[in-house]
Amino acid sequence: MAAAIPAAPRKVLPLLGAANFHDRIFRGVVVCFGAIALLAIIFVIVGAMVEQSVVSVNTFGLNFIWGQNWDPVKRQFGALPFIYGTVVSSFIALLVATPISIGVAIFAVEMAPPWLGNTISVVVELLAAIPSVLLGLWGIFVMIPFLQTTVEPWFIDRFPNVPLFQGPPYGVGLLAGGLILAIMVTPTIVAISRDVMLAVPISQREAMLALGATNWEATARAVLPYCRSGLLGAIMLGMGRAVGETMAVTMVIGNRADISASLFHPSYTMASVIANEFTEATYDLYVSALVEVGLVLFVVTVLMNAAARLLVWSTAQSSQQLGAL
Amino acid sequence: MTVEERNVELSLAATLPARAAEVGAEAVTRQAQGLKVEKLGAYYGNFQAVSDISMDIAANKVTALIGPSGCGKSTFIRCLNRLHEVVRDARVQGRVMLEGQDLYDARMDPVVVRRYIGMVFQRPNPFPTMSIFDNVAAGLRLNGVRDRVLTQEKVEKSLQQAALWDEVKDKLKKPALALSGGQQQRLCIARTIAVGPMVVLMDEPCSALDPISTLKIEDLIGELKRELTIVIVTHNMQQAARVSDYTAFFLGNEQRAGELVEYGPTKTIFTNPSDQRTENYITGRFG
Amino acid sequence: MATMALRPTADIVRRQVVDRTMGALLCLSAIVALTPLALVIGYVLANGLAGINLDLLTKLPKPVGELGGGMANAFLGTLIVILLASIMGVPIGMLAGIFLSEMGNNHFASVLRFLTDVLTGVPSIVIGIVAYTLIVVPMHSFSALAGGVALALIMIPVVTRTTEEALRRVPQSLREASLGLGVLEWKTTLFVVVPSGIGGIVTGIMLAVARISGETAPLLFTAFGSRFWPDGLNKPIAAAPLQIFQYAVAPYKDWHSQAWAAAFLLMLLILGLNIGVRVVTRTGFQRIR
Repeated sequence: MAAAIPAAPRKVLPLLGAANFHDRIFRGVVVCFGAIALLAIIFVIVGAMVEQSVVSVNTFGLNFIWGQNWDPVKRQFGALPFIYGTVVSSFIALLVATPISIGVAIFAVEMAPPWLGNTISVVVELLAAIPSVLLGLWGIFVMIPFLQTTVEPWFIDRFPNVPLFQGPPYGVGLLAGGLILAIMVTPTIVAISRDVMLAVPISQREAMLALGATNWEATARAVLPYCRSGLLGAIMLGMGRAVGETMAVTMVIGNRADISASLFHPSYTMASVIANEFTEATYDLYVSALVEVGLVLFVVTVLMNAAARLLVWSTAQSSQQLGAL
Repeated sequence: MTVEERNVELSLAATLPARAAEVGAEAVTRQAQGLKVEKLGAYYGNFQAVSDISMDIAANKVTALIGPSGCGKSTFIRCLNRLHEVVRDARVQGRVMLEGQDLYDARMDPVVVRRYIGMVFQRPNPFPTMSIFDNVAAGLRLNGVRDRVLTQEKVEKSLQQAALWDEVKDKLKKPALALSGGQQQRLCIARTIAVGPMVVLMDEPCSALDPISTLKIEDLIGELKRELTIVIVTHNMQQAARVSDYTAFFLGNEQRAGELVEYGPTKTIFTNPSDQRTENYITGRFG
Repeated sequence: MATMALRPTADIVRRQVVDRTMGALLCLSAIVALTPLALVIGYVLANGLAGINLDLLTKLPKPVGELGGGMANAFLGTLIVILLASIMGVPIGMLAGIFLSEMGNNHFASVLRFLTDVLTGVPSIVIGIVAYTLIVVPMHSFSALAGGVALALIMIPVVTRTTEEALRRVPQSLREASLGLGVLEWKTTLFVVVPSGIGGIVTGIMLAVARISGETAPLLFTAFGSRFWPDGLNKPIAAAPLQIFQYAVAPYKDWHSQAWAAAFLLMLLILGLNIGVRVVTRTGFQRIR
């Protein structure tokens, strides 16, 4: 019986052509269904928003932004009340949340022992995981009654002539919206501030301590200035989140398109009006006007986010500082 | 001390609240003092990094700490201005005496200690958000000096003593990071001496610098010791030989805790050491 | 000459007072920041537990005004919509993440990365409008599909970035070893690198799922909600957060207690996923990026 002739040894490196082919298919799939798809999504979002709002943009032009009158019946759409509501509620949110959030971050990074600091950060992140609608639920049944029966009357009694505190204590209103946004924005600011502070080289703090500084002075004069643009970025990202928040705000802000100086007056945000009226919009101009509100919201949030991330990047130096937050 | 300097000192004291006189005022004194270390031990948690060090550091002299890596020299020097305890779980045993007072006394505030014992770090660490002027003035402002004229005088004086004045006098408002590495380190030195310490600790101040900057700083040290006591950690034996009056040789024991093997005048240590281990290190048989 | 005194001067005392006050304030801010979390979880627990019963999970909503009934369709709807979103979102997100990680050292990738990050900040209501335009309008109907697409659009940037970061953590030496052995590039990526980073990838996906399961705004005019069992992917569908919202703003007390109960279950799911992910990957008390 003839011995079987061993087959020619298989080449260790596959033929150049075949390797390239499979690799190229793989690369093609990844680029096509990954990168290009992602890019396409971005373009589609922008495109859809622009296209749907074109009718309204052409009809009202810039008056859309200044117009105070939102009257679907008379086919008049001016978005100023919503812009006002969004801006003021977000401003209140940041006013309340920023000192607290940065304070938490400083506490977690500079003061507390590592186990406590990390625990606090994790718990604050869990706060971020609570869905907007659940916070809104709590807002309606717990926070609003509290504001209505305790907080607002207190202010109304103490400061009868201050425009900020005018009006009956509805409970719902700008203040409620601002406070609930503050709760939602806190985790964002804490997380990024913490990252930014952890990136400050320890020798900066030590240099200040070595000059005879107290712990607070070392933090305030060495650490915080070092990461100040990152902190600003954190605040801006928080603002971006506040501006785009929908459900919780809708549930506590009162949903009335009024512009009033009083914190206790019901108000309306851009996101809320879309949430409430989109399904009621019975004719094209109405829909288009709502989409235009969404477009304004979109542009504002994107610009704020982009600027904020550039700021945070400039402090960071590694892209690890930016998570999918 | 000249009449002008005396006046500056008095006006600095005058910027402190009047109550200072009652609380047992500290007078800012330009007179350097020596440190007396007694049985100093330093720990990171349960790990002992430095074991039972006792030495007298002479006033107005440069004392060099030499020894191989990891034998506790940096840890030891950071104990002298109570910077060691800033690290989590770090603690110190023993006493460090300055002018007859124990720096580790329970009533002693580390903030006060660090006012009198300054430190220059291994890598230059100027405050990047501050100008050159503000960097040097940082310590002054910390301690409440608000008088602009006084601040300017002190900043100029410190920069002159750090041999940096001529190079930066036209760009005091420029950011500190615009300077080269060697200039930054001299800036840090100016910053440290601006508050008028008695002792300046230097933890390998030249290891991140080029040879020319190194020489400039070594000259500087020679000048500074006229008014200050200087303790310098260095990996560079030739530097120790050039710059210091006294040298201390550290070595890790079996438990990897740093011990003081030998301490004496630099000349003696380098030409006629008593301990065999010192001689082995000096002659390069290890380390 | 007067020497350094053991007792500090008045100005140092003042600075120490400031130091201690700031320390107390900072501690206080930590407590203030954590209080809402405690309050919300507390109230959801308290009010929600009372209303938990089997009906909630098994019965359909009763007609308006009648007592009783449940939210079974909403929970089922949430599951369906999440599934749809994941089927669409996870592959694209993972592929994009692989692209950014393995082929992402050029200018195009940097821009894409930046845009992806910005995309995570787009308000979810805007995403809802886009999905409405893309799916609801052509189909002339609200649908589960539209809801799924909306949630997928939210999911994709999140999964992309977490996948990229998980893969970036895989040491380069692993890739080099595999390529050095002659394994083709595509096999290296698919069978060596990705499995190595699968922990981080799965973590990212689970966190993304946790996030979209609570999203309401994008479903308002895509899935739209319903009071009946799901009838097909091209028909409106109920979802838990949507139902909670609709019940919460309605005037019926019975609906309120159902909303609390559903909120309890939803919170259990979401917090459970979040905490579970940390425990399982043993990241424990480190921050997940």
